[in-house]
Amino acid sequence: MSSTAASRKIEYSDSENRNALIAVKAHLIGGLLVFLLMMLAGFAMRAAQGTWLEIAVDLFYQIMTVHGVGVVGAAGIASTGVLWYFLRQYVRLSNTIFWVNFCIFLTGVVMILGSIFLGGYGGAWTFLYPLPAISMGAWSTGAAAVFQLGLLVIGTGFLILYLDIGRAILAGYGSLAAALGLPQLFGKVPVDNTHPPTVVAGTMVLIVNFLGIAAGAVVLVMGLVNLYNPEFQPDALLMKNLIYFFGHVFINATIYASVTAVYELLPRYTGRPWKTSKVFYAAWFAIVFMVMAVYPHHLMMDFPMPQWMLVMGQILSFGSGIPVLVVTGYGALMIVYRSGIQWSTTTKLLFLSMFGWAAGVIPAILDAMVTINRVFHNTMWVPGHFHFYLLLGLLPMIIGFTYHLAGEGRQKEVKATDNVGFYAYLIGGFLTSMVFLASGASSVPRRWAVHMDEWVTFAQVGTVAAALVVLGTLLFILRALISLPRAADPS
Amino acid sequence: MVSTVYAITLVCIALIAAVFYFVIANSKKAEADYPSITKKWYGVRGKWFLFLITLGLVITYFSLSPFPIPDQKKDYPANDHQVVKVGAYQWYWTMTPDTVEAGKPVAFLVTGEDVNHGFGIYDENLKLVGQTQAMPGYTNKLVHVFDKPGKYKILCLEYCGLAHHAMITELTVK
Repeated sequence: MSSTAASRKIEYSDSENRNALIAVKAHLIGGLLVFLLMMLAGFAMRAAQGTWLEIAVDLFYQIMTVHGVGVVGAAGIASTGVLWYFLRQYVRLSNTIFWVNFCIFLTGVVMILGSIFLGGYGGAWTFLYPLPAISMGAWSTGAAAVFQLGLLVIGTGFLILYLDIGRAILAGYGSLAAALGLPQLFGKVPVDNTHPPTVVAGTMVLIVNFLGIAAGAVVLVMGLVNLYNPEFQPDALLMKNLIYFFGHVFINATIYASVTAVYELLPRYTGRPWKTSKVFYAAWFAIVFMVMAVYPHHLMMDFPMPQWMLVMGQILSFGSGIPVLVVTGYGALMIVYRSGIQWSTTTKLLFLSMFGWAAGVIPAILDAMVTINRVFHNTMWVPGHFHFYLLLGLLPMIIGFTYHLAGEGRQKEVKATDNVGFYAYLIGGFLTSMVFLASGASSVPRRWAVHMDEWVTFAQVGTVAAALVVLGTLLFILRALISLPRAADPS
Repeated sequence: MVSTVYAITLVCIALIAAVFYFVIANSKKAEADYPSITKKWYGVRGKWFLFLITLGLVITYFSLSPFPIPDQKKDYPANDHQVVKVGAYQWYWTMTPDTVEAGKPVAFLVTGEDVNHGFGIYDENLKLVGQTQAMPGYTNKLVHVFDKPGKYKILCLEYCGLAHHAMITELTVK
């Protein structure tokens, strides 16, 4: 089937569309509420490090664990809502499967919360083998098992959803290669620049996340076997590779899924098309491989890693920055430049997301150089770079899309509360990230419950910044809760 | 090096912010002829891409030669190096010996005895001067030459459980 034929919008019944819209809103509201709670957790951790709040160390590390897993989970479920909303317009997706994944996700969340706050699990979201099994009495084997089972359950739900997405893409486009635009890229068929960017992005996310979650399932099962059969001792470095492959791919896929909001919405608000092209296909084809092969940059201080893998990790980290700097971010700049765009909170957030993604590349690339990693790895530089991506890149995509769905983008005036929310969030998010980076440049280690006196000021400034982020997000969420449930589909 | 990396980060973020600000400042007035805008800026994009590729190649070459991590297959014999055996446990370090001399290479042979830990060497100003992971089942070989004598701190840089932040010891450099 040619891409042009398949690019026609899919027809659904009114009841299917209504149900789908409710499901998407549930994903967004659920995701944003979890994000807000995780921001409060982050605020509490910074306040504790800044000596403004007393938290027992076991509770601190439980909060740290829930913060990590909660943000990754919220990013996963909310970004899936964004991608699914747009992708179902081009391929026939099942509402039932979408809901099934959502319900499985909630089941996993309950298990994880129980393992942490009832079972006392505080082994970090990365469940780095063999820490879950060796806690020195801080948590039980059962708590560690329920945590890992919760992740396994969530991963299974996502795999079911990806099977449906894969089925739909194959039914619509014949092959994953055609959906990625590869026949056009390699000159087998003429370039069709109406081929939807969302289909290209969705196919990339499907491929990498399916493999990433499958690897995650393997390492989780091995960890579970080890918990109950300690004689089974898999290689610690192999486990680390699998964990970081899974973790890196999953969190990166959330931003590649959410960027569909930018591809779909900036054209509507500027009146200019976002056309696919050979450059676009080449960038996304490269991303498929780079997102999966770049993860060794997490393992540069694991010296027994093969040298070629670390070199690959460094080179591909630089390479991964190029598509956003040359294609997506650059494309967003062109589409907005002299477009006569009406700046609403929706469009401001979408445009901010491009800045956050593009600028977040810089500290990430630098830390992924072996020689620099020697003095930056596992310092606050690392949360600095990923808070930049998540607070100023990913979340503005998700919240911008939420505002679009709520109809804010077409309103003549920007409400004062939205303005306060936007600027509190912007300043807070930027400051949070920059304080982390400054702390990293001062060698402050990450994941420390108690900070040395020399580092306390950083944490205190970080606490103020986190409070601004919480304020901004609270205003965004109040707006979403008030406007979103009854908003009609703006498309 | 740390301050250079930090300065590069700040300058690059500021430059990207300036480009976004320029576009925002030039977004209100509508230019109907979008194809002429794309034609012009696609041309710039090609050069921008080439610049980034060239920059990447140059940085890759100079930052990886010689490879910054010591050869792990090599032995670091005691006659050429001061050898320090490091064991990482929940939540303490063993270091034999715990005193070395400045100006001569030190080979730290680091292993995790229970879970993963991170062996981070901090100078008297609390600046990180080198690190490696301490993994169960592996011995990581970290070679470092101390420029200055003093009391260095060893901090754990991989989360290892509830007293991770308290896993601190001292290394004397004479």
